[in-house]
Order: sequence, then structure tokens, then C-alpha cells
Amino acid sequence: MSTETDTSSTGGSAQPAADGGAARRSRKADVVGGPGAGPGGARPGAGARRLVAWASGAAGVLLLVLLPLLNISLPGVLPGPSYTPGSLQLLAMSMLMAAAALTYHLLLGVAGLLSFGHALYFGAGVYGLAIILQNFDIPLLPAMGLTLLVVIVLAHVVGSISLRVSGIPFAMVTLAFAQAGSVIVGRNPDGRTGGDEGMTLRTDNLPDFLVGVVNTRNLYWLALAVLVAVFVIVTWVQSSRAGHTAAAVRENELRVRVLGLQPYLVKLLIFVLSAILVSVIGMVFLLLQSGAVPRAISSDLTIMLLVMVVLGGVGSRWGAVVGGVFYTILDQRLTTLANSEAVKSLPDILRVPLSEPLFILGTLFILVVLFLPGGLAGTAERLAQRRRGTSAGSGGTETPQDILEDAA
Amino acid sequence: MSTLVLLLFTGLGLGALYFLVAAGLSLIYGLMGVLNFAHGAFLTLGAFTGWEMARRAGSDNWGVFLLSLVIGAAAGAAFAAFTEFVLIRRLYQRHIEQVLVTLGLSLAAVALFDGTWGTDPVYIQGPAWFKDTTDILGARVPNDRFVCIVAALLVLLALVFFLKKTRYGMIIRAGVENRSMVTALGIDVRKAFTLVFTIGGAAAGLGGVLASHYFGYVSPMLGGSLLIFAFIVTVIGGLGSLTGAAIAAVAVAVLQQFANFYLGGTGDFVVVLALALVLLFRPTGLLGRTA
Repeated sequence: MSTETDTSSTGGSAQPAADGGAARRSRKADVVGGPGAGPGGARPGAGARRLVAWASGAAGVLLLVLLPLLNISLPGVLPGPSYTPGSLQLLAMSMLMAAAALTYHLLLGVAGLLSFGHALYFGAGVYGLAIILQNFDIPLLPAMGLTLLVVIVLAHVVGSISLRVSGIPFAMVTLAFAQAGSVIVGRNPDGRTGGDEGMTLRTDNLPDFLVGVVNTRNLYWLALAVLVAVFVIVTWVQSSRAGHTAAAVRENELRVRVLGLQPYLVKLLIFVLSAILVSVIGMVFLLLQSGAVPRAISSDLTIMLLVMVVLGGVGSRWGAVVGGVFYTILDQRLTTLANSEAVKSLPDILRVPLSEPLFILGTLFILVVLFLPGGLAGTAERLAQRRRGTSAGSGGTETPQDILEDAA
Repeated sequence: MSTLVLLLFTGLGLGALYFLVAAGLSLIYGLMGVLNFAHGAFLTLGAFTGWEMARRAGSDNWGVFLLSLVIGAAAGAAFAAFTEFVLIRRLYQRHIEQVLVTLGLSLAAVALFDGTWGTDPVYIQGPAWFKDTTDILGARVPNDRFVCIVAALLVLLALVFFLKKTRYGMIIRAGVENRSMVTALGIDVRKAFTLVFTIGGAAAGLGGVLASHYFGYVSPMLGGSLLIFAFIVTVIGGLGSLTGAAIAAVAVAVLQQFANFYLGGTGDFVVVLALALVLLFRPTGLLGRTA
């Protein structure tokens, strides 16, 4: 605990920022010592608010657990009542994407690593497990363990090379590695990955309760469990010594080095950890989709995760979850809208943009970056603060800016 | 021997395309610190407008081809200037947000191209001479390779001349070296920002038209696939260095062609490996400044 308070106080006071005023400083203290930190960073009333947040979180999880047993209709959001496989599939998918966005939050929001290669590990989970189940006669859990082993090695190799550069070059290098992975999958070596077609999950060695449309709700519960587990792990990592060091590295790498710590190793740790988590999510994704598609390893997926995190608010765990769910459901609904008769009968100038979900999502993303810094979570926070009448600095998307200044 | 020459010229042609994309990227990054994800969209727009124009005017004609080059470059330049003026300008000094905005723009633009021209590749025709081959040391080299190489050389020469001999070129070079010093001298660097974006967009648009002839088709994915290699080229060449981009473009493309032929289609993989090696031994790239 003493380390936490130390970093938060040094991070707050001695930063000789060129363009930073009091707001910037208090934000820095906020970021380092903020969510889940010890008593050093707490403001009066913060404890009670945190309790409320956790309680409402627990209530939300309980509701989600019970959802497949209830008959709730949300027209416009879900394709049908909440117990139908279609709705459960969509919800499970959005929870998995929220979990994946959380692991990306660990990279970008905590360690300040703008990676464009996160899909490589997601895809490694998806394709690794699919290929192992296809070619070896082993049960699910050992197969998952084996996949995990591959991912750990892969993440160490790629991470240790790409972390030699930082900032924008790091983004480009991770992109290049992920692209290599995507190209290999597309090339279909020995007919093992199925190329553009993807591959169907071989279900021989899977437990029965995970196979088939009737069991969608088991997969739904599995996805929910994954989301909760990832959230708890990310929270734990963020409040651990490593998490605080990573956040400190993001703020000022030189100072961390002067303190005698090793930024490189901490960054590598976070990189590998988020790779491991996202590969597990990828494996569950494989079970849910009962197949592997090349999209799961493409750079589009990384960009999607990035969009989710930014939409939700960089640096906020809840933001990542909300962004992930929001994006997935919106994407699905927009696709339905694009194929609807109402859109098809419009004149070309309206029909073309409306029939492309990515156009709408991309435009929305630009608007959020331009006009809602901090994303959904940051905006909610600002509104809440306005209501409380406090004006503590809150900065969502401004944090990555510091990363780059430090990295440059 | 003939295979060797053929591979070399194919690689040079591809390298010319990489250079046309990477030159803009590298200059933009060097001056403004922006990683421009929308650069691929500039290229695709250039390719599509060039194709649309050639389709209407009859494609089997040198005049039309040259005009399509000009129009493609103009479309890329206009799109790039618009991007800088409307989106990037609001976010100066906020590099990550600039990256995010260009990323959103590339998503939206590619989706719009999908909706307008369809997702399938459109096969195109150029002047009949493009389909012929020229005999060099026993190798039959398709003529479109030469067009790409010559165009890229001209662009390189024009850029070097512009950067070394004109006032704005000097401001841009000085801005890449030390932006705050240029501002302190009372020069409005922001004009140079728009200019660099426009030049980069024009080069990308030109590259788009040439790429559509090189590959024989236009598709909304054209820009994205070239962009990734252009990223690799700019990192290997050293961010912000035009000469570095030219050298790395040729090296990467030739390496890729040779690996594809001799090492069983592993070209893309070998390129990434080369990137890893460069990063391990020279993290700033071949001609990058030491940070």
C-alpha cells in the first residue's frame, strides 16, 4: 500500500508539465491512485460511492445470471425475448467482446500501450484451440491448456520485440506482427486453418452441455463467468504493485527507471497478461460461434476493441464493458437495419450510408473522439460531478496523450 | 537469370507503390507525429476515381491513362486536405486522438466505398501496351512495372526538389527537425501541415491508380492491404525520412518477391521478420534520427 500512495503523491506534485495546470496535476494523481487504490487516494464520500458501484454491479450480474430463465423483451435491442437462443447468443457475444475490451483496457488504459496487434492473441486462442481439437484426441480442458501455452510463448516473443519501441512505432510494429498471423491463417498451411472459409469446431471431445443451440444458455453463462472473471482479474492487476508501476510507467517512464524499477519488464508483464486473458476469451468465442473465422484474427478486430474502449472511455473499466456491449449490440442492430425494407427503399444517397454499419460506427467514433473526450464513462462522470457541484479534474482520453508525450 | 530479373522488376514495381504510400505517411509522421490510418482510404479513393474516369472516357488510351493519374492524385489530395482541415486541425498536439480520428475515418470511408462500388474487386483495363512485355536479359517483364517505377521515381525527384529548393519545402524540413523553433521564427507551421497532408494524399491517390493497374483490379480493400506494408516500410526506413522510405520500400518489396518465389510464398512473413530484425538491432530504422 505504501508504494501506491508514494506514486500517487510524486506523480501529482513534481511533474514539470509545460501545458499542465492544477487540473492536469489532480488528474494525474487521480489516475495513479484512483480506482481501487488504497486510502491514500480516496476522497470523502468516495468509499460510499464505490460501495454503491460494487453493489449495483453485483445486482446487475445477478440479473444477467437469471436472464435466460426470465421472459424479458427489449424491442430494438434484443432480437427476441431474453430466453431465446438468438438473444442469448447476442448477449453472450456482447459480454465476450466487453471482456476482450477489458483486456485491451489493461494495455491502453493501464500501461498506455497502443497495440494494434491484440487480435493476434484472440485469434491464437480461437484458431489454436480449434486446430488442437481438430487434430488431437484430447478433452477440452487439456486442449485449452495447450493453447494457452502456445499463446504465452507467442506473447513473450512478440512482446519482447515490439516493446523495444514505444508510442506510435509500437502501434505499427504490433500491427505488422498481427498481420503476419492473419496472413498465415489466410494462406491455409496444410489445409489446417481453412483459409477464408474458416473452420468448423469439431465437437467430438467437447462436453455435451456446451454443444448445440439448445445449450446456448450454458454458453451464455460461461460467457458471463468469463466477463466477471476478467473484470475481477483486471481490477486486481490494476490495484497490484505491477499495475501501479505500469500506470506510473505510462505517466513518466524515466522517473520509474530512476526509482530503480524496470519499465520494460512491467510492460511485458501487462502485455503477456492481457494476451493470455484475451486468448481465453477467444477460446470461449470459438465454443460460442462453434467455428473459427478469419475475422477473429484480423486487424479489424483489434480496431473494433480499440473503438469499444474509446467509446466507453479510455482508462475506465466500466467504460470498456459498456463500450463493448454497446458496440456489439449496435453493430448487430445496424446490420439488421441495413437489410430492412425501410432502408432498401430509400434513395441512394441515404441508402448507401445507412446500409453500411461500419460507416455509421466509424462516424460515431469520430464524433465521440472530437466532442466527447472521455467517452461514455467520462461524460457520465462529468454529468455526475456537475450534479454534485464539484469540479475535480477528470480526464478520459487525455491520458493517452501523456503516454505519447512521454514516449516521444 | 531471367527469373531473377523478372522478380527484381516485379519487386521494384511493388516497391514503387509502397514508396508512394510510405512517402506521405513518413512526411506526415515526421512533421506532425500523426500516424495516418486514413492514408489507405486516400489511395482507394484515388484508385476508384481514376477507374471511374477511365471507364467513362474509354480505357485503351494513353491520354486517358495520364488523365486518370492526375484525377486520382487530385482526388487523393482533396480528400487528404479535407481530412487535415476538418478533423486533424482540431486535435493538434493530441497524437493519439489524431490516430483515432484517422482510424474512424478509414472505417467509415472504406464502408462507404463498399456501399458505392461493392465489395468485389473490379477488374480494369489499361492501354494495350501495359499487357505487353519487354525483353530484358531474357526476362519478359510486364510493362506496367515500368510505369510504376518511372512514376515513383518522378515523384521522388519532385519531392526532393520541392523539399530542398522551395521555401515551403524548407519550412517542412525545418519543421520535421524542430517544430517549435520554426514556430518561434514566426512561421505558421500549420500551413505546412495542410500542405504535407495534401502532398501525401496526392502521392497516395497516384499510387492508387498505379496499384489498380499493377494488380489489375480495384477494390475497397486495396488501400488497407498496401497501408500495412507502407507502415512496415516507414518503420524500417526510419520515421520521417523520405530517403529512408525510398530505400526501405525497394528493399521490402524485392525481399518479399524473392521470398515468395524461392521460399514458398512466405514473402509477408519474411517482411515481418525483417522488421523484427531491424527493430532489434536498430530501433530507429535505417535512416531514422536517434531519439
